Amino acid sequence: MDFLSPATWAEALAAKAANPDALPIAGGTDVMVELNFDRRRPSALLDLTRIGELTEWGTDGDLLRIGSGVTYARIITELAHRLPGLAMAARTVGSPQIRNRGTVGGNLGSASPAGDALPPLLAAGALVELASTRGVRRLPVAEFFTGPKRTVRAPDELIAAFLVPSHRGPHQFAKIGSRNAMVIAVCSFALALRPVTGEVGTGIGSAGPTPLRAAQAERLLADELPWRTAAVLPEAVVGRFGELVAGAAAPIDDIRGTAAYRRHALSVLARRTLRWAWEEYRREGP
Amino acid sequence: MTTPMTETSRGAVTGGVGDSPVRPDGTLKVTGQFAFSSDLSADGMLWGATLRSPYARARIRGIDLTAALALPGVRAVLTAADVPGAGSYGLEVADQPVLAADEVSYQGEPVAVVAADHPETARRAAARIVVDYEPLPPVTDAEAALAAGDIFRHVPVRRGDAHATAEVVVSGVYQVGMQDQAFLGPESGLAMPTVDGGVDLYIATQWLHVDQRQVASCLGLPVDRVRLYLAGVGGAFGAREDLSMQVHACLLALRTGRPVKMVYGREESFFGHVHRHPALMRYEHGADRDGRLVYVKAHIVLDGGAYASSTPAVVANAATLGVGPYEVPNVVMDAYGARTNNPPCGAMRGFGAVQTCFGYESQMDKLAAALGLDPVEIRRRNAMTTGSVMPTGQVVDGPAPVARLLELVRDRPAPLAASGDPREWPGGVANTTHGESVVRGVGYAIGIKNVCFSEGFDDYSTARVRLEMVGGEPVVLVHTAAAEVGQGLVTLQAQIARTELGVERVVVAAADTTVGSAGSSSASRQSYVTGGAVRAACQAVRDGVLARLGARAGPADGLRLAGGMVVTASGVAVADLAEVLGDDPVEETRQWRHRPTHPLDPRTGQGDAHVQYAFAAHRATVDVDVELGLVRVVEIATAQDVGKAINPQAVLGQIHGGTAQGLGLALMEELRVVDGLVRNPSFTDYLIPTILDVPPMTVDVLELADPHAPYGLRGVGEPPTISSTPAVVAAIRAATGLALSRVPVRPEYLTGAV
Repeated sequence: MDFLSPATWAEALAAKAANPDALPIAGGTDVMVELNFDRRRPSALLDLTRIGELTEWGTDGDLLRIGSGVTYARIITELAHRLPGLAMAARTVGSPQIRNRGTVGGNLGSASPAGDALPPLLAAGALVELASTRGVRRLPVAEFFTGPKRTVRAPDELIAAFLVPSHRGPHQFAKIGSRNAMVIAVCSFALALRPVTGEVGTGIGSAGPTPLRAAQAERLLADELPWRTAAVLPEAVVGRFGELVAGAAAPIDDIRGTAAYRRHALSVLARRTLRWAWEEYRREGP
Repeated sequence: MTTPMTETSRGAVTGGVGDSPVRPDGTLKVTGQFAFSSDLSADGMLWGATLRSPYARARIRGIDLTAALALPGVRAVLTAADVPGAGSYGLEVADQPVLAADEVSYQGEPVAVVAADHPETARRAAARIVVDYEPLPPVTDAEAALAAGDIFRHVPVRRGDAHATAEVVVSGVYQVGMQDQAFLGPESGLAMPTVDGGVDLYIATQWLHVDQRQVASCLGLPVDRVRLYLAGVGGAFGAREDLSMQVHACLLALRTGRPVKMVYGREESFFGHVHRHPALMRYEHGADRDGRLVYVKAHIVLDGGAYASSTPAVVANAATLGVGPYEVPNVVMDAYGARTNNPPCGAMRGFGAVQTCFGYESQMDKLAAALGLDPVEIRRRNAMTTGSVMPTGQVVDGPAPVARLLELVRDRPAPLAASGDPREWPGGVANTTHGESVVRGVGYAIGIKNVCFSEGFDDYSTARVRLEMVGGEPVVLVHTAAAEVGQGLVTLQAQIARTELGVERVVVAAADTTVGSAGSSSASRQSYVTGGAVRAACQAVRDGVLARLGARAGPADGLRLAGGMVVTASGVAVADLAEVLGDDPVEETRQWRHRPTHPLDPRTGQGDAHVQYAFAAHRATVDVDVELGLVRVVEIATAQDVGKAINPQAVLGQIHGGTAQGLGLALMEELRVVDGLVRNPSFTDYLIPTILDVPPMTVDVLELADPHAPYGLRGVGEPPTISSTPAVVAAIRAATGLALSRVPVRPEYLTGAV
């Protein structure tokens, strides 16, 4: 197994073009487990930790642009006010040691349906920025995943960054696990209210082959939420929202939980996070 | 908690019995410097790897080693045909093959072993071994195995009238999932061939001599050519009672003439040791209108898996302790250990007393509910005391403060309501509730455990103690073969020597087989038995010193050693140790036994089978998100009688750790086995409690001396594990109103979405 350690982003893209089978590694919290368990024997590892720009974040027009090498720990300490939903998810990732190493870019690259960062990115309407020696493209994160651990990323592409509209409105994230820390999600749910546009974003984790959106549930809220009056939420809307979120999931029975429990829990989380987000909206306005 | 030892006017010995001196391995472990068995190395060392069965049951039609042997760097590939001695081993019955020959009987059973220059080469070579398996249908249902007569042991216990009737009757069926010891240091060791054709084995184990006997037997060597040295042990909890890689590493070392190291990976470790027996328990309790027990009937099936391990003894514990610490005049108890093709089960902290405690304590709560009684009150009314008679007919002759322990946990102030900090709700930082649907519940349980080995086992320990002058100072050397597995036994041996010989400088030699057996670091027995042996050897050394003095100074009546002096009963110095000892050490070796136990009658289960009984009680307070089925344990109050806290800090450590392990069984710890195959052999999916799952604990320690035990002590390690599980489940029942007959309790049990 070769170890490629480019010093610049241009070198990294060239290396990936020359070695499309090379497996990118940043924090290594997924990759090293795969290697240690001998589940994967890549021809080469492509080390991205020497490329400083991947660990930077800033603005790009109306968007926040966050390098793929930014760790969960930094999401929590540096971006909690701008990306509250993602920060809430980051707090549930592994242990402090894992949060110090693991990156959101790695979560995107692994594309596990249980990736904790992915539902908030879906809910926030994030874009993924992919780069290769052929150029750069940006696509909605909802179009990024094609199946369990599969994405539209071409073999010569690397994940450069993700981009999120600046936070305006309440975000929530909630995750079910069978212990109170360091646990893979049984299921998770993210919600983003965008009062300025009257839109709503959702993300469902660990309840389908990929992270999912609940499109019908989003439309329901966009149509039914009393944005202008900020009135008390109609209970019927809350209940219907829970049903539509549960209905959008495609869970299976596995070692971590039953499909029936996942649907049930998602409906509960959807109702609760909606109430919390709406309370915040009523309290703080758009 | 304890009163410091009174010492002479020459000054108290610090670090003696009743103190909590700093343990020698503490700083090393906290700072990552401690050398565990997996850190061993030797010049020219090879690495071993094991090929294991992927099937729960299969016939082996052939094994082709060609591709493995062809891999550069491979030094040996061995199968059953290469085992020179006995082909099988076992703690009680030698039924477990060193390497499977014709058939594999559980997933993960070793089939071949490889030695190579590099661990990765060894693993790749193992993967190249071609085994022609013919899969067979596995037996995975313990009750079906029982019906088919595949039974390791049946222990009946009969007391009183088998047909007694009662005014109030409650019954229930309870299940316990397969818990794993989940020690952090995987199975590992280093075997070094020696010039005499034997082998030195550096190993993490719980009992050096029982390993030595089995390894020598399988190697076909006399016992004295197989020498074992205790390497750094990273936890045990029963999982190191059976052999794992011991024989394999020795076989490879003897074949290659090179040192061979083996270290299991985390996933392999789940296949490398026995687990706690899953249990299916049917209970019927009859009581009068006042809640006094009239009878208990119980039918307990423990799944022993493929090989015997310690199942026979676990079954005896389940049978003899299976009605709990209560006075029950009429008992019909049958406990069985079934043979299946599931992973072998054996020793784990609590050893048969854990499963039954979940059963009988669930029943006591059910009975309390049927009678409209408080859960503590029903237990108090039935609590055994000194002089009570066990279902086996054995009279409990030591302290049995069952009612008092319950009162202690009951009378602790209730924990505060949640403060509103989101981390205090069920789900914690995962942000699943801000208080919605959270209901608090409180539950109680108490358990009983036997201390030391039972049923007539010749249970002894050996200690060699030397007192000598080194650099003008008296120094004690203590040498035993007792395994320090993290419990603090090295510290305890030194404390006893300090107290008995009045000398502060004590060196505890590394444990090995050059001294006699200490027995196992299990059954909560080492403080009792090896503590007893060290004390006896120290007393013999003291007598030797006094005899030397007596030859010069007359009768030695009432003299003792303190502060490096020989002193009279009133503390007046008679002689200096330096003067008595000169250049001539006093050394004594003593074998020490607790009072004998006796076998159980095979038809009635009657007999004085146990040495000592130990008790602990728990009160658990939980917050349950009843809509999501998530649980957070808010607080645990516990009380335990330890007879005498030899090392109060270590006692608290045992109580905290044992309670946490029981909490794990209540809420999350289960090795999930489907059709004989383990589904979650990783710490990703075999969950153990984290610091955010283990609540603050209050601990009341009683020190009611047992007149039969050294210093009055009572084994500490296991009781806290036993009753914390049912206490947590009782608290969840109180919060949810659900029956909950199986542990661990999964979220879907609480929401009905199974």
